[in-house]
Amino acid sequence: MSTLAQPKRAPETPSPKTKKVQKEVGQDRAATSQGRWAFWLISPALVLLAVVIVYPVVNAIIMAFQKDQGLDPVTKVFVQGGPAGFDNFVHWLAQQCGSAACAPGTLGAQFWSAVGTTFFFTVVTVVLETVLGFWMAVIMARTFRGRSALRAAVLVPWAIPTAVTAKLWFFIFAFDGIANKLFGTAILWTGSEWPARWAIIISDVWKTTPFMALLILAGLQIIPAEVYEAAKVDGASAWQRFTQITLPLVKPALMVAVLFRVLDALRMYDLPAIMTQGSNGTTTLSILVVDQIRQGFNSAAALSTITFLIIFLVAFIFVRFLGANAVASATPKTTKGQEK
Amino acid sequence: MTAVSIDSAPKTAARRRERLASGRTYISAALIFIWCLIPFYWMIVTAFRDVGYTFDSTPFFTHVTWDNFNTVFSESLGNHFGRNLLNSLFVAGVTTVVALLFGVFAAYALSRLEFRFKFLVLGFVLGASMFPGVALVTPLFQLFTNIGWYGTYQALIIPNISFVLPLTVYTLTSFFREMPWELEESARIDGCTQGQAFRKVIMPLAAPAVFTTAILAFIASWNEFLIASQLSNDQTKTVTVAIAYFAGAQAHQEPYTAVMAAGTVVTIPLVILVLIFQRKIVAGLTAGAVK
Repeated sequence: MSTLAQPKRAPETPSPKTKKVQKEVGQDRAATSQGRWAFWLISPALVLLAVVIVYPVVNAIIMAFQKDQGLDPVTKVFVQGGPAGFDNFVHWLAQQCGSAACAPGTLGAQFWSAVGTTFFFTVVTVVLETVLGFWMAVIMARTFRGRSALRAAVLVPWAIPTAVTAKLWFFIFAFDGIANKLFGTAILWTGSEWPARWAIIISDVWKTTPFMALLILAGLQIIPAEVYEAAKVDGASAWQRFTQITLPLVKPALMVAVLFRVLDALRMYDLPAIMTQGSNGTTTLSILVVDQIRQGFNSAAALSTITFLIIFLVAFIFVRFLGANAVASATPKTTKGQEK
Repeated sequence: MTAVSIDSAPKTAARRRERLASGRTYISAALIFIWCLIPFYWMIVTAFRDVGYTFDSTPFFTHVTWDNFNTVFSESLGNHFGRNLLNSLFVAGVTTVVALLFGVFAAYALSRLEFRFKFLVLGFVLGASMFPGVALVTPLFQLFTNIGWYGTYQALIIPNISFVLPLTVYTLTSFFREMPWELEESARIDGCTQGQAFRKVIMPLAAPAVFTTAILAFIASWNEFLIASQLSNDQTKTVTVAIAYFAGAQAHQEPYTAVMAAGTVVTIPLVILVLIFQRKIVAGLTAGAVK
């Protein structure tokens, strides 16, 4: 590391005492100058991020504690706004509109079903993508003619915008579309609950499995071939080699990939918004927030804050208990283990 | 290798097993290939198909026509796809440039310099990249409406920076860590200041990493839908939003062929870009996830 180069400039042969002092001073100066450099290089990006993320989020939290203007649903009197305490949060979490339960079909009555839908989509898509992605990665890791063509092909679904993916699969799953013809079925895919959900899941799996596969492939490629050869010599079966070598060694990369995908799936919006507009039990939390925006900012702000907290909680659980440490893998080795 | 058996029987058995395994590899590879490309192929076939044969299930190009592309760009039908393309190009372009300008310096510091709170800064950047877009849309919708920015380009660029900049910093940091920094040291020894070493030695070396990151940033921004669908108006609408709410020749009828044509127009440049820079993009996507 070049960072170690600076203290070496200290005089070569001073008395033991001055040597110690000078070294400390030298290190100190190097550290301060690096720190100052780092400060000036990083602050613009951090300030910009603070402006585009922290400011809106703080704003949203403040809004969440304000009443929405509009007609009171019970008294039909115009409400001017003002502090609301935790009313907006209670509105969503307890599905309370005013003093009564929200009428079925209103946005307020959909919070828990949206949470359920979001988590259902997340669990099913991430599990499918992990299994399929692992299989794809194992194939792509082998040496065969046309391997680079395959690696290029898997990038195609990844590169297609999600909005286009949604329209493409909407067409494939149209009533007269190719899916029904191919399977000889007559399903209104986007018109009823379970087919709609599966249509969305299949589209999502098609679009994002390649990303998963490439991350897992990168993890597979750092496993040295000698390890497998040694295991083969020792008589380990293919299954044993997979569970005893591949899985443990690929686990760090796999956990980071799963973490990325889970957090991405929890904010799923584009596919259901375009394919079903959130109808037929496909309303995710993101769709609910967007639907709410035009009915009342402050209530929407409360819901988006809740969504943010849910995603934050899931990320925390992943990093804390499942060892998906994306930060550690992005931190240079020298600083690893200094904190945490 | 360990197999030094001269016995021919196990050898042929091993060879047969090997051939079988490679056969299975090819079948799996073909399946993956088909699964990834068939829907994309179907989009292109439909894009070139006469609207009267929208649901024709012939698997190759039949009833080929350019009509759908004319519909896509037809102003008389209320489609302003040319404008939408320029909007997307402008929004994604400015977002990419801004994110790189700020990201390069931050990534350099994060990968090269020792300082306190580095772990915290990286955690913040990563956290920001996983931040849900809906949590920004609500407050920004109100803010931009209040200050008259609704339907302006900055109303789309600013939220895009919130997820493109963290992506840029994260990817570049991983790339920079892999670079031959000894050269920087040599330059310093030869009398360059840290700033000069950065400009004259590191920048040219870092160019491929920066370029790859630029592609990733551009694609991320180009593909954005949620924010654009809420904060753009007819003047600033981007392609993803335009495709989602496309107007066809007949009212109340989903213009499938035209939508597929629009999708083709939007996707082909990306696919070409991705195929040309395949290796770099894969490296960029997976940078940081593996260490």
